[in-house]
Amino acid sequence: MAGFEPQIIAFCCNWCTYAAADLAGTSRVQYPANVRIVRVMCSGMVNPIYVLKAFEGGADGVLIAGCHLTDCHYIDGPVKCDAAVDKLRKMLHVLGLEDERLRREMISTSEGVVFARVIKEMVEQLKKSGPSPLKVKMEALA
Amino acid sequence: MNLEDIIQKTKTYYCLECGKCTSICPVARYDSGFSPRMIIEHALLGFEDDLVQNKKLFSCLTCYTCQPECPSDVDFPVFVREARSIAQDNGQYGICAHSGQLQSLARLMTSPAIKQNRLEWLSKEYRVSEDSDVLLWVGCAPYFEPIFEDLEFSALDIIRASLKIMNLLGIEPKLLPNERCCGHDALWTGDVETFKRLAEHNATQIKEAKVKKIVFSCPEGYRTFKLDYPNHVDLGCEVQHLSEFLAEKMGQNGLKFKEIKKKVTYQDPCRLGRHLGVYDAPRKVLESIPGIELIEMKHSGRESICCGTSAFTNCDSYSNLLRAERLSEAAATGADVLITACPKCQTHFRCAMTDKGEEHRPTPKIEIMDLANLVADAIGEE
Repeated sequence: MAGFEPQIIAFCCNWCTYAAADLAGTSRVQYPANVRIVRVMCSGMVNPIYVLKAFEGGADGVLIAGCHLTDCHYIDGPVKCDAAVDKLRKMLHVLGLEDERLRREMISTSEGVVFARVIKEMVEQLKKSGPSPLKVKMEALA
Repeated sequence: MNLEDIIQKTKTYYCLECGKCTSICPVARYDSGFSPRMIIEHALLGFEDDLVQNKKLFSCLTCYTCQPECPSDVDFPVFVREARSIAQDNGQYGICAHSGQLQSLARLMTSPAIKQNRLEWLSKEYRVSEDSDVLLWVGCAPYFEPIFEDLEFSALDIIRASLKIMNLLGIEPKLLPNERCCGHDALWTGDVETFKRLAEHNATQIKEAKVKKIVFSCPEGYRTFKLDYPNHVDLGCEVQHLSEFLAEKMGQNGLKFKEIKKKVTYQDPCRLGRHLGVYDAPRKVLESIPGIELIEMKHSGRESICCGTSAFTNCDSYSNLLRAERLSEAAATGADVLITACPKCQTHFRCAMTDKGEEHRPTPKIEIMDLANLVADAIGEE
């Protein structure tokens, strides 16, 4: 597993986490470059299919991050997001995927440092877990 | 396979343009833009682009209502299936229900490295055996659990009921810990590559399991194993639907049922009925339960109306109208319970019942149950 660099797809809400990632950048906070950020308008719009497609496309981990419960611009986005994540976890568990491959976080605009920490933690964790078992299909195709 | 091959394979060139298919098609009754005849005509005139870009190609229910009516014996459902695979090659995927989660899960299951946790629901009250020569196919049920939890529908309850029935018959079936999706939805939405991979995975596991018979509680899985797998893989065992299995066993074992006083009506799933011709076995099972009165709907048996969506593709307002019509027929029989033998029929009907329907024609509410659950309730001690 030496030299394995996990790929993380992060769905970040436009109003909080995306801005937090921006803040981490402008504040020169260092975090690993293993993450590809997908900006979404609200964490509540992350349909389970987005996450399944990310795994289909060879992601080793997926992060869904958005506003804190009371901060949502659309009132109850994080509640919807939690419901979707709950369903997803059950599906991914049956598929035999480890829990740590899907992470749900609430990171507000001012928490650039938190964003960097979450990514660091995820990358360390995924390096231990190794490549996603769902990825094998892709490698077999190549 | 190109369009010419499909035309040869399904004998589309015999088409007389009589339009019987369109006149009997349940979708065409509601969606005037959908016409099986037009689709065939476009194919025969060689308009491959028109055919492939036509979103209506994914509207077909592949329910086999049209094919028996065709004087030229054109196999329209298979034609649609093959045409969809050309469409997929051209980047047209149709619009899948539940945002395509079920198709995506099927694709994910093609990975050889996964170790699924698909038997965690299995509690100690059920007896299964590693050495059994009968296999109970669990299929997508563990995945349906989270996806359809909002519909208060549990596909695993159907599997539990099937297990209970088999146990009471003195059979301890085998369950596979790492079986894959049967590939039905992939095949009928045109994703042949995924289907082939899944079929190979399943065939390998079944051969290793050394079973003589596979019992299905889902007609879609049954159809796929019975008619589609032999074209790609060799299984080396018999397949049976639970209703057939029960009908066969009832004669031998003299099963005891307790009385259940209910009026029921039966929905023939298209895969079990028109695709495989199994009409009598479920009715025989229902009639052998004392107290059960079976009232047939206006359209039943070969004429029965489809539940409105198949292979979880293209579920639209027309599908919902079709379901409302079928539910009205069920309600008109005065039955207490609508019995079906397919978990997918159940999800679609339950989904339709969450909708109020049109103002002048509200969607009726009726209790809906799988055949396996009814039998499991009736079987056993008084």
